[in-house]
Amino acid sequence: MKRFRATYIIWLRDLKRHFRDRARIFGSLATPIIFIFILGQGLGSSMSAALPAGSTTLDYKTFMFPGILGMTVLFAGVFSAVSIVWDREFGFLKEMLVAPVPSWSIALGKVVSGATIASFQGCLMLILAPLAGVKLTPQMVVLLIPTLFLVAFSMTGMGVLVASRLKSMQGFQMIMNFIMMPMFFLSGAMFPLANAPAWMDTLAKINPLTYGVDALRSIMLTDFPSRYPFAFDITMIVLISSVMLGMAIATFSRQS
Amino acid sequence: MNDAVSSRPPVSAGPVIEVKNLTKRFNGLTAVDGVSFSINRKEIFGFLGPNGAGKTTTISMLCTLLKPTSGSATLNGFDIATQQDAVRQSIGIVFQDPTLDDQLTAWENLHFHAMLYNVPASQRRERAERVLDMVGLIDRAGDRVETYSGGMKRRLEIARGLMHYPHVLFLDEPTLGLDPQTRSAIWDHVHELRAQYDITVFLTTHYMDEAENCDRIAIIDTGKIVALDTPGALKHRVGGDIITLRSADAATTVAELMEKFSLEAQVQPASADTSGPAGDRIYLEVPEGRTLLPQMLRGLDTEILSVTVREPTLDDVFLSLTGKQIREETVDKMDAMKTRVRRRRAQRGAGHR
Repeated sequence: MKRFRATYIIWLRDLKRHFRDRARIFGSLATPIIFIFILGQGLGSSMSAALPAGSTTLDYKTFMFPGILGMTVLFAGVFSAVSIVWDREFGFLKEMLVAPVPSWSIALGKVVSGATIASFQGCLMLILAPLAGVKLTPQMVVLLIPTLFLVAFSMTGMGVLVASRLKSMQGFQMIMNFIMMPMFFLSGAMFPLANAPAWMDTLAKINPLTYGVDALRSIMLTDFPSRYPFAFDITMIVLISSVMLGMAIATFSRQS
Repeated sequence: MNDAVSSRPPVSAGPVIEVKNLTKRFNGLTAVDGVSFSINRKEIFGFLGPNGAGKTTTISMLCTLLKPTSGSATLNGFDIATQQDAVRQSIGIVFQDPTLDDQLTAWENLHFHAMLYNVPASQRRERAERVLDMVGLIDRAGDRVETYSGGMKRRLEIARGLMHYPHVLFLDEPTLGLDPQTRSAIWDHVHELRAQYDITVFLTTHYMDEAENCDRIAIIDTGKIVALDTPGALKHRVGGDIITLRSADAATTVAELMEKFSLEAQVQPASADTSGPAGDRIYLEVPEGRTLLPQMLRGLDTEILSVTVREPTLDDVFLSLTGKQIREETVDKMDAMKTRVRRRRAQRGAGHR
């Protein structure tokens, strides 16, 4: 257990920081709220025709809600991970890198703390569910929390993997444009992928967020047909998380 | 200091740091080139040189942050290549750039440090009090670090570096960007440290006047140690006094000095950052400056604009050994970013003072 103390310290420290910053906690909800209530409302009327048959009663906002939950977790997870770049040069992380602790436990700490923060932000979003027309039951919430954590874990793992290779904050815009936005739009968060062209479908299949959004949707939207069975989604997320974590740890340790 | 035993590695015999032919190359560029030296216990040892001379690279290797390309070193008897954790447990480090967590309080920063370095839970509070008391921050310990001034942050970092009672404390440019008053306070702490904690201090600086606080200094330039001695002995090497002249025609004056007084003079081109009258500076080392000067001025035909005579400083030692002056230069993107951060932090810090 002693080898894990750096993991615990990073986790505790990141959580303390996060919960001390009330403005950030609530500020980070602004983007998802705009997406749901402005974009969701605006696109809603024209989108309803595109939704699969048998779901005509489904409001676009409701359809979109699990996708926006996925987006919240993706952004919160990657942002948390990217702080590594800064922290390694000017922050507390540098102090940890010279301490007598193994570097894998530091990378693991960063993934676990990012996943905790991102899934917390996701859970906070659930408060908005009724406004988006999603009727949550206690059973759903019980299932949603661990699912959100798993999705957050895979997203943060990817974030740490990318951040470990990043030399300066200038590279962050690249991540935003070339990884996060395509991942978000190709995950089925905003529109169903059922009628998508083949190339888009292929990209969606290799996108880890696709399975996350699909899993969240199958929990919350009972009368909407999900793309894959729930068990398959979860298996894929666990698989992706393990690979991401392994690669993130290997890359982080090599860089430092 | 019996309470120190629990997390402090035992004391080894012999020098606390022993470096043999340490070399580091980055993609064909040699940053540290076959450096050898040894440091005794309780010594204050200084690395003096311009930016990019290899100071930080050497420290990074001794702290096990970088692997040497070749050569070896031991710290407190532990090999830096094979006994990383033991080396790390034996040292405390204060980096050039602050590595405190701004959002946490001083207590929390120290507490996390103690956990990282295996300080037993029962001793954490007591040790934190002790080190905070030494650097005079005990009254502010419950405040978030972001409200501290630059000098307070640096003092807190020094305090943190002592929490696990290390054998060697590395200070990389400990007074960079601080005002003169804070600088001298930091130096008082460093001297006090040695007395109180039996500690060896290894520091780098490019401030010549500060290097005089060290017991011994290694002058490093382009990855090599060009001299290693006490500050007094190093200054003695320059021999005598330094005369600096400004003349209307530097080349003629230098020729005249050679011809009439057999003195070899160096010319430093006028640079933008030098204040005072324009014109190239002529630089001379002579045994008896004060008696030679009147004679010299009488003998010279070219017009002399200004004259100064002074005793040698470490600046002169550096100049005479390397043929250049210590000057700051920005190297790459990361350096530029660091400079910006430092400036911003310094401004923010000043606002809180």
